[in-house]
Amino acid sequence: MNETAYIVAAWLGTFGSVAAYAAWIIRRGRRASEVVAEQDRRWM
Amino acid sequence: MTIDGTLSPSGADAPGRSTAPGSTSSRATRVLGWTSLVGIAALVVFGLWITPPDAQLGETIRILYMHVPTVSAAYVAFIITAVGSIAYLWKRSEFWDLLAASSAEIGVLFFALTIFNGMLWGRITWGVFWRWEPRLTTTTVLFLTYLGYLAVRRIPTSARTRGTVSAVIGILAVVNIPITHKAVDWWRGLHQEKTIFGTVDPEMQGTQLFTAYLGLTVFLVLFAWLLIHRFRLAWLTERAQERSLDEAIAERRAEGSAS
Repeated sequence: MNETAYIVAAWLGTFGSVAAYAAWIIRRGRRASEVVAEQDRRWM
Repeated sequence: MTIDGTLSPSGADAPGRSTAPGSTSSRATRVLGWTSLVGIAALVVFGLWITPPDAQLGETIRILYMHVPTVSAAYVAFIITAVGSIAYLWKRSEFWDLLAASSAEIGVLFFALTIFNGMLWGRITWGVFWRWEPRLTTTTVLFLTYLGYLAVRRIPTSARTRGTVSAVIGILAVVNIPITHKAVDWWRGLHQEKTIFGTVDPEMQGTQLFTAYLGLTVFLVLFAWLLIHRFRLAWLTERAQERSLDEAIAERRAEGSAS
């Protein structure tokens, strides 16, 4: 692999991992919101 | 519950008015989220196209635009975990326990990415992905410590025991940060000298320096956005568990009175 491949891997790996983690949190948050009472999910 | 205006539920309930969000999003997170996206777009343009190659590092400096911000965000996350842990032991408040745990999880993600980017950089510069030299060894210890912190939190026990044990680990673990950070000064190794906290490469100027600080800013905003969402998810998970426990107790009582 040349330098460019390592650089692309670094950027894609970083943002891809953060995006996957963010999607996981948001999806789980939506699911959890469905079973929690309204007064426990009023964000300011 | 009105401990914090941004992270936690307001508790100001208005019966009959359904305004509660169906997710962990709010106006604050939307602002932070869009700011992160714009910042990431700018970082990609500057980091991959506009900045010139470094005189010494060549094109590999573009990996450091990921490596340095992720480790900075991880350090901030671990420091928040320590502060949350101290506050939990003092106040015994669920807020601080969940904040510490949420921050630790994001810190572990950013630290794993730091190691990943460092390995790629090492492969180009040193010819190998990994060397057991001082900085990388202390980095491994730090990473494993926080993995242990997260593992301890998954042990089934009471919330108070979990909070107390993990708070002690969260406080002890943060001591590893200065050791890891100063490892390049204290012991002779392969890793280049520290590039954050006052010593962003002194050779850096112009767009390189701007991109380095842009990366730091973007990842700190991204961290804040993730932390708020992760904290709210932890909060909702606790409430959901309480609710299922209440339902199970009510079910048992109903069975008992029927028999």
